[in-house]
Amino acid sequence: MDTRPAAPVEARQDAVVAARIHQTPGRRLRRALAPLPWLAPAVALIAFVVLWPVWEMFQTSRQHINSYGFNLGNYGWTNYSTLFADPNLGSVMLRTVVWTLAIVAATMLISLALAQLLNRAFPGRRVVRWALIAPWAASVMMTAIVFRWMLDPNNGVINVFLHQIGVVKEFNGSQASWLGNPNDALIWMMVVAVFVSVPFATYALLAGLTSIPSEVYEAARIDGAGWWRTYRSITIPLLRPAMLVAVLINLMNVFNSFPIIWTMTGGGPDYQTSTSTVYMYSLKQFNIGESGALSVVNFGVVILIVLVFLRANRSTLKEG
Amino acid sequence: MATATIAAAPPREQGKSRRPRKPPTLRTVLVCAVAYLVGLIFVLPYLEMIVTALRPQAELRDRDYFPHHLTFSNFTNIWSTGLGTNLAVSLEISIGATLLVLLVAIPAAYYTSRRRFRGRGLFLILVLVTQMFQPTSLIVGLYQEFTNTVHVNSTIALILVNAGFNMAFAIWILNAYFGAIPKELEEAAMVDGTSRIGAMFRVIIPLALPGIVTALIFTFIAAWNEFITALTLTTTDSSEPLTVKMNTYIGQYSTDWQHLFAGSVIATIPVIILFAFIEGKVVSGLTAGSIK
Repeated sequence: MDTRPAAPVEARQDAVVAARIHQTPGRRLRRALAPLPWLAPAVALIAFVVLWPVWEMFQTSRQHINSYGFNLGNYGWTNYSTLFADPNLGSVMLRTVVWTLAIVAATMLISLALAQLLNRAFPGRRVVRWALIAPWAASVMMTAIVFRWMLDPNNGVINVFLHQIGVVKEFNGSQASWLGNPNDALIWMMVVAVFVSVPFATYALLAGLTSIPSEVYEAARIDGAGWWRTYRSITIPLLRPAMLVAVLINLMNVFNSFPIIWTMTGGGPDYQTSTSTVYMYSLKQFNIGESGALSVVNFGVVILIVLVFLRANRSTLKEG
Repeated sequence: MATATIAAAPPREQGKSRRPRKPPTLRTVLVCAVAYLVGLIFVLPYLEMIVTALRPQAELRDRDYFPHHLTFSNFTNIWSTGLGTNLAVSLEISIGATLLVLLVAIPAAYYTSRRRFRGRGLFLILVLVTQMFQPTSLIVGLYQEFTNTVHVNSTIALILVNAGFNMAFAIWILNAYFGAIPKELEEAAMVDGTSRIGAMFRVIIPLALPGIVTALIFTFIAAWNEFITALTLTTTDSSEPLTVKMNTYIGQYSTDWQHLFAGSVIATIPVIILFAFIEGKVVSGLTAGSIK
C-alpha cells in the first residue's frame, strides 16, 4: 500500500553520499539538528498534550487524594488495590469487552456490505454517500441525544413506530422505557455506537476497494471464478490493509467511547451500563486516585491495541 | 458523477475497479432501493432533530412523526439565552486548533516527506501513536495537568488539546500529498533563487492545497464536536463550547427538548454540510493517510 512516489529513495541515496563526503563533527551536529526547526513544534505539542498527561495520570494513580481534591501524599499501590477490590470492576470490565467486540464486529460486517454497495455505480450514489457522512460529521454526543429523544417512553418516534407495528403495547410502560432497563439500554446504545461507527469504517473500506485494480477481477473472470470465489480470493485479501485500519481505529474509538453512554444513561443505574471509560469518569468525581489507577489500566489496554497495530503494519511502516 | 469526486484525489489513480454499467435490471433497481433506504436511515436522526426543533411547545409530546404547525420560536428563544457566546467559544476553539495544527503539521509533514534523517522513523511512529490515542483515554491526566500545573483559560487549553490530538492525521495526510509533488518542481524554484521556505510557500503549498483543505476541515470538525475534554476543563457557563452547553439542557428528570434540538441544529447542520464538501476527498484521504 505504498502511495509515495520513488523520490524518497533517491533522497536517501543523496543523503548517504552527502554524508560520506562531508563527515566533519560540526557538520554532523548541524545535520543532526537540521530537522529540529521543522519538527520541534510538533514534538512539543505531542509532549505537552499527550506525554505530560500520561505522566500526570501515573502520578495521580500513586497519590492519596481525598474527595475534596486535597493531595495527602504518596499512596503507593493503594489506589490499585482499591480498584481491584472494587465490586463493580469485574462486571464493568466484562461489559467493556462485550461492548467493544460486539460493536466492532457489527460495524465491520455492516460496513463491508455497505462499502460493496457504494462501490457500485447506481443513480444517486453521491447523495447516498453524503447521507452516510452525516453521523460522522455530527458530534457523537448530539447523535446520542437524538436517539435518547427518539426512545422517549411517551412519544419517541421509535416507540411510535414500534407501537404502530405492534411491538410496543403501551406508551410509558416498562417496555417503552428502553433506557430504564440496563439490558435494553445497552443494546440500544450499542445500536447507536454502530450507527456512528459505520460511516468511517465504510469509507475506509471503500478507499480499499477503489484501490483494487480492475484487471485482477478481469483475470479472475477469464479464469472462470464465480462470485464467491472472487470475493474470497481477491476482494478479502486485497482489502486486508484497509480492513486492519478500520478495525483498529474502530477498536480505539469504541473502547474509548464516552458520549453515547454518558448522555443516554450516564452509566447507570448503579453503574450497570458503564464501560471502563465511563466508570473511570464517574470515579473521577469522588475518588480521583482510583480513577487514575483505572485510567492507567485503560491506557495499558490502549497501548496493547497500538502495539498490535504497529506490529501488523510493520512492513508498510518501514517502507514509508 | 461520482467519478469526478474520486478523480479529484491526487496521490493515486482512482475509479479503476468500477464494473461496466449494466442496463437497469431488477438487480440495479434492488441496489438503488437498498442504498436509498440505507441513506435515509443515516439521516433520519438529524431530520428528527430538525423536526423537533420546529415543533411548537403544544405539540412537543404528540405521538406523531410531523407536527401540524411549525415554529421558529425555539431558535429565537435559545439564541436569546446567550447561545451566541457558546457558539463563539466553539468557533474560537475550532479555528484556533485548526490554525495551530496547520502551523505545526505543514513543516513537519513537508520535512519528513522530503528528507531522510536520523529519527525520522521514530518521529513518524510517535505521530502514529498519538493518532491512536484520544483525549478520553488520558482525561484524568489532562484534568490534573490543566487544573494543578498549567493555569491557562479553558479555551486555550482546549485549543492545545484539540490541536495535539488531531495533528497526527494532518501530518499523515499532508505527508502523502507533499510526497506526491515532484521534487524537481521546487528544485527549479530553488535554482531560480528561492529559499527552501520560499519554495515551500510558492510551490508546495499551492499544489497540496486540496490536502491542506481536507486536513483543515477534519481538524475543524473534530474540535467542534469534541466533548469529554471540554466537559472536564470548562468551569463557567460562558466558557463552554456548544457541545457542553447542549449537555446542560439534559436534566436528570426533565429535559428542555425543543430548545436542546434548536441548539443542536445550529451546532450540527453546518458541520454536516461542511463535511459533505470534502466527501470526495475523504476516500482518497483515507487511502493516503491511514492505510500506511
